[in-house]
Amino acid sequence: MTNPVQALSKSVTVNDSPFMKPMEWLSLLVLAGFVLVVLPVFLDGFRLNLVGKYLTYAFVALGLVICWGYAGILSLGQGVFFGLGGYCMAMYLKLEASSVENTKIQSTPGIPDFMDWNQITALPWFWQPFKSLPLTLILVVAVPVLFALVISAAMFKRRVGGTYFAIITQAIAAILTILIVGQQGYTGGINGITDLRTLNGWDIRTDSAKFALYFVNAGLLIACILAAQYVKRSKLGRILVAMRDKEDRVRFSGYSVAGFKIFAFCLAAAFAAIGGAMFTLQVGFMSPSFVGIVPSIEMVIYAAVGGRLSLFGAVWGTLLVNFAKTSFSESFPDLWLFGLGALFIAVVLAFPNGLAGIWREQIEPRLTRRVKALRPAPVAIPHGTPAE
Amino acid sequence: MNAAILSHAPIGSESAPPDYLLAVEALTVSFDGFKAVNDVSFYVDPDEIRVIIGPNGAGKTTVLDLICGRTRASAGSIKYKGQELTKLSESAIVQAGVGRKFQTPSIYDDLTVFENLEISFPRGRTVFGALTFKRDAEVRDRIHEIAQTIFLKDQLKERAEFLSHGQKQWLEIGMLLIQDPELLMLDEPVAGMSVGERVKTAELLNQIIKGRSVLVIEHDMKFVEDIAHRVTVLHQGRVLSEGSMERVKNDPKVIEVYLGH
Repeated sequence: MTNPVQALSKSVTVNDSPFMKPMEWLSLLVLAGFVLVVLPVFLDGFRLNLVGKYLTYAFVALGLVICWGYAGILSLGQGVFFGLGGYCMAMYLKLEASSVENTKIQSTPGIPDFMDWNQITALPWFWQPFKSLPLTLILVVAVPVLFALVISAAMFKRRVGGTYFAIITQAIAAILTILIVGQQGYTGGINGITDLRTLNGWDIRTDSAKFALYFVNAGLLIACILAAQYVKRSKLGRILVAMRDKEDRVRFSGYSVAGFKIFAFCLAAAFAAIGGAMFTLQVGFMSPSFVGIVPSIEMVIYAAVGGRLSLFGAVWGTLLVNFAKTSFSESFPDLWLFGLGALFIAVVLAFPNGLAGIWREQIEPRLTRRVKALRPAPVAIPHGTPAE
Repeated sequence: MNAAILSHAPIGSESAPPDYLLAVEALTVSFDGFKAVNDVSFYVDPDEIRVIIGPNGAGKTTVLDLICGRTRASAGSIKYKGQELTKLSESAIVQAGVGRKFQTPSIYDDLTVFENLEISFPRGRTVFGALTFKRDAEVRDRIHEIAQTIFLKDQLKERAEFLSHGQKQWLEIGMLLIQDPELLMLDEPVAGMSVGERVKTAELLNQIIKGRSVLVIEHDMKFVEDIAHRVTVLHQGRVLSEGSMERVKNDPKVIEVYLGH
């Protein structure tokens, strides 16, 4: 007879969180198939580029799943990190587009056009690093993450949390927008950084470049999903859940709670930044309208609709809301924001776990029952025959 | 008034000798002028079960809060194995070997019993450590051993939310045990428990006492009598009496306070 403790130990070992459960592999497969095969096959270049744009928001939603869903830190300022990542990329592209040859009609050739219009005669110091592509690729993630680190360290070390934190992030989003709009000579102001042409000599405005960028974007998104999955299933993921539930218990179990919250917030910022940079590359410009309060809240809604505890749900939620936004706002531009607000309220009240919750609570159990109803049939026969 | 110190300080010694596990001296905390804990001193020996009793508002929970760093002392000192705790961060105090159980069961509802215990396992407490933490045989064996001790070996895979109240209390005690603290502080561990659960908890405490000290706040006098080596009575933030349960029970000051309420 086996030792019961050993038997138990074995059964728990089996349960020892594999990297992904079968259902999660299936979800990944479905998502990858949809994004990498179905959409490129059935959509024209314009629509595919549009989906590519939506998918850049999915990076933000993914970060919110970890930060808000798992760690319980609601950030209403993710647009800040999306925007910073996007601006870093845009600054590089703008410098490349502003070669001396291209800008020889300016009074100071070789600097971005909007600087010239604002009587700036030399490239500001903080634009200098963006002359280099490798440095830009690092800064795209490093700048937003450092900014997130400063904000979150200042807040979480002082144990500011919950609603206060959400309000502060919102204020930061507003401040950054005002700053960008106000410093037109350095940032391009309300118009943003436009007229972007090439990435290291590769023209990003062509259809073939847009097609390629779509796949780069989708690949990065899947990589981020896997990274988030790694965090989610590690002990760190469980500590985030524990902290959300009983912060003091975690603290008095010997953990520095602030450190874990800072990590979650910075990770979300890194994801958002990658999304922002890909947005700039695919859409061809970056402007303050993607930094402020409204886009930041919209991004929270994507995560809420998809399900704030589900990585895949967040991606589907982003796609769904954006498809809806595009089709509704084409016909009823004034009503869209009301529709979005109503959607958010409806989701929070009726489906707190979003689409993923509906799937998990309604559809999956039924599917499993169906599958189970099909499976035992051959097993039932040998049981039945001896009785007859 | 330093009767408490005098009654327990060994003869011929003015200050606390280092063989006390915990030495609380002249501890005071005031909230906006109100002294919730006022000049409290007591000493806990290694392997001792000390129970703190006292009427509501006597400052019992505040004393535990002060020791574990949740509240900062206005004056006085808390020495644990000769190390001053009043300046350390909460996590440093835990890492020094002080575990604290809260009054209401403080467990993670959304995680399984196994995961609850795993989080308290004293390894991988940094961000990087938690990311790379491996659930190896050492972790599993320790969790199974603790689960056996706290009567929850059959519930390891259950979500903690579905445990009974008593089981939740045991789980939290288990979460502390897995840290292997030398000083275990329990705030009303049997409150809301059935008689059977109370007996089992007393048995549990007596079993886990080896190699550590336990500081317990409890109202249930029957339970206190069962487990306490010594009892400290707090009243209005001060030490009113201290000694064996027998002695404390017959102390006229204690009788007056308890009858007065």
